[in-house]
Amino acid sequence: MSGSASPLGGTPSANDRRRRLFGSIFAITCGAATLVGVLALVVLLADVLRDGLPRFDWALLTNFASRFPERAGVKAALAGSIWILGLTALFAFPVSVAAAIYLEEYAPRNRWTRLIQLNIANLAGVPSIVYGMLGLAVFVRALGFDRSIIAGALTLSILILPVIIIASQEAVRAVPDSIRQAAYGLGATRWQVVSSQVLPMAMPGILTGTILALSRAVGETAPLIMVGAVGFIAFTPTGLGDPFTVLPLQIYNWISRPQADFQQIAAAGILVLLSLLMAMNAAAILLRNRYQKDR
Amino acid sequence: MPVIHDIESGGGAPALEAKHVSVHYGSKVAVSDVSLVVPANQVVALIGPSGCGKSTLLRCFNRMNDLVGGARVEGAVEFRGKNLYDPDVDPVEVRRRIGMVFQKPNPFPKSIYENTAFGPRINGFRGDMDERVETSLRQAALWDEVHDRLGDSAYALSGGQQQRLCIARTLAVKPEIVLMDEPASALDPIATQRIEELIYELKKDYTIVIVTHNMQQAARISDYTAFLYMGELIEYGPTETIFTNPREQRTEDYVTGRFG
Amino acid sequence: MSSPGTDDLSFKRARNVKEQVIGSFLFLSAAVSTLVTVGIVAVLFTETVAFFRAVSPVDFFTGTEWTPLFQNPRFGVLPLLSGSFLVAAGAAVVAIPLGLLSAIFLSEYSGPRLRGVLKPLLEILAGIPTVVYGYFALTFITPLLRTVLPETDVFNAASAALVVGIMIVPTVSSLSDDALRAVPKALRQGAYGLGATKFEVSTRVVVPAALSGILASFILGISRAIGETMAVTIAAGNMPNLTLNGLESIQTMTAYIVQASLGDTPHGSIGYQTLFAVGMTLFVITLAMNVLSQWVMARFREEYQ
Repeated sequence: MSGSASPLGGTPSANDRRRRLFGSIFAITCGAATLVGVLALVVLLADVLRDGLPRFDWALLTNFASRFPERAGVKAALAGSIWILGLTALFAFPVSVAAAIYLEEYAPRNRWTRLIQLNIANLAGVPSIVYGMLGLAVFVRALGFDRSIIAGALTLSILILPVIIIASQEAVRAVPDSIRQAAYGLGATRWQVVSSQVLPMAMPGILTGTILALSRAVGETAPLIMVGAVGFIAFTPTGLGDPFTVLPLQIYNWISRPQADFQQIAAAGILVLLSLLMAMNAAAILLRNRYQKDR
Repeated sequence: MPVIHDIESGGGAPALEAKHVSVHYGSKVAVSDVSLVVPANQVVALIGPSGCGKSTLLRCFNRMNDLVGGARVEGAVEFRGKNLYDPDVDPVEVRRRIGMVFQKPNPFPKSIYENTAFGPRINGFRGDMDERVETSLRQAALWDEVHDRLGDSAYALSGGQQQRLCIARTLAVKPEIVLMDEPASALDPIATQRIEELIYELKKDYTIVIVTHNMQQAARISDYTAFLYMGELIEYGPTETIFTNPREQRTEDYVTGRFG
Repeated sequence: MSSPGTDDLSFKRARNVKEQVIGSFLFLSAAVSTLVTVGIVAVLFTETVAFFRAVSPVDFFTGTEWTPLFQNPRFGVLPLLSGSFLVAAGAAVVAIPLGLLSAIFLSEYSGPRLRGVLKPLLEILAGIPTVVYGYFALTFITPLLRTVLPETDVFNAASAALVVGIMIVPTVSSLSDDALRAVPKALRQGAYGLGATKFEVSTRVVVPAALSGILASFILGISRAIGETMAVTIAAGNMPNLTLNGLESIQTMTAYIVQASLGDTPHGSIGYQTLFAVGMTLFVITLAMNVLSQWVMARFREEYQ
């Protein structure tokens, strides 16, 4: 590589010095690029905190949306988000985990299985708004659920289905084969092997993946706009058929208004949303640790 | 191939009989036309160089090969007069009667008690579980070491103890035959010795087929030895004969360490 | 030994039925994902066909004006396409260098501890809801841009492109990092053995070896940028505009879908059908990019496994 070799420990040649300089500049550039990403995160959080903290108080959580920014709150949106979160988990979790178990433990290794697998990978890359269109056409119109919580929750369920399936498959795959062999060797049926050994061992990974997917659902806006969730709701939902709003949608509604006061309340709403997401991630970590201790 | 029908066994009737068993993986032949009789209450060792098909053959005896995609078994394995590969035979039932111990200790990530109780539990055992666990652990010569900490994780045990727990776990299902796939190969010499003593004890109540690459071990613990080479059964007979006066040159070369 | 008869080896009916019921339930669950794909394609296809009965595909794909909800509607999708590509290109300009250099730093320069801190931090960027990025663009980036370049519109493509770029940095850096780390150690050691510096090893050996994985991450990142909705709706505006000037207000395909569905578009109307025609275009573009990315990635796997 280098033209003139210098004796070890001697004065490096001009060429070697240049190579080293390039190396240092490159290393610093790479480090700086990484820091830009981190810095962007810090600036973003600082921006939201600066605008939102003055309005981040109890009244924010207990007030409904209002035409008057000083009286506006996230009560309906927070309730809607929690409804959506619970229902989406209820719909998406069992189906996704069952699908993952089928693909890892039951499916024959043939072309159909590969096709299903490829399809799931592609679904994970479909823009969320396209799921909204499916929800609009199928749940809102064809099934007649109208602009209801259940239409929203079903739409988000199919949105996060591939995400949970992929995470669950990884968790199931990580269970050592020796455990399956041991259980089969004792005369366990396939389902006994899966339910008594494989699933318990894979559960921490499955739960972590599920909660991360649910965090995505909680942050989604566009598909819910498509299925007709609205930005102005002055009551908390009481049933599956009620109209609803969620935090990101409420925030979007406030951002779209020109008054600076609404920008502040939007920032405060973002703080509520980020707190909810942080709580979910903390729950994921706690759950995982607890499961691991039980072993 | 020498099929041994007239084995002068202490236990009487054959426990298991392989008839022209071949195993294919895709186009590859792993076991080719093997026939042998496993007499009841005896220890049969399968020996041979690695890749000779001895583990594959062992896995035919309780249909563990069914779990390997692409494996195809031909011929018959008779157990109490019934071919294990008949279409009406449930492999799950087969494995409940013919248990297996694996190369590496593979306890479940559960307590010692739960590991032992797992088999009876999935088999719908309704009796006294504590008693069944104790009996099994005693049979596996592990009870004295663990009786005061049955709730501890199986992973807290040493490798040798884990393997004896795996044996206890297999015995708890009350199988008739126990298959062992190099059960001591991952263990130190002292743990190995304990396993060998245990096998000697177990022979009273069980028929044992053991795969080993350790010829001294085969010579020490088995009553009959089968030598496999490249998927074929080269020679099968009383262990003493195989090791002192084999008929085949290849057997002699192998047991005297000239290849393998 | 007390032993049951040999007929005991046969299948136990009750247990067998239970196993089969469970197996079928699991299979049906897996089939749901296929149903979703069929549903998406069917829904987009039916409404798009209905749309093309009213509007000629030639007008749709070559028209330069998009005013579907006006009195005298025009259905040229090019302004929306150009809007989406303008934002995606801008985002790529931000995310590709930042993502790739970060990946090189994480995989080649940082030790396990630093990496253990930096990688999760970068991944938080991917977990922040896009509406928050929209807020950040509108209240922080746009004012900054307007200070530097006063001719910038309040809603502009550049601001949206910047935040979308930041948003997809983790996509690019995570996947590229995986690709770089999959390059065998022996290759690096071979180069070091020839007296190469770390810079030379990284740029001339490791990056070229991981190139297809890195390319796949770029394609996937750009595909995400095209499908991104809320940040561009909030920051880039709602003005269909066939332009390459990032400082102007534009509208992306996704932003149009949001705008139209917020308004009154009765079922069966041409306005309703435009949603699906634009959605179909978006779906086909992102699907093609995802498939391309998988294909490139599969080639990469062949090289090293």
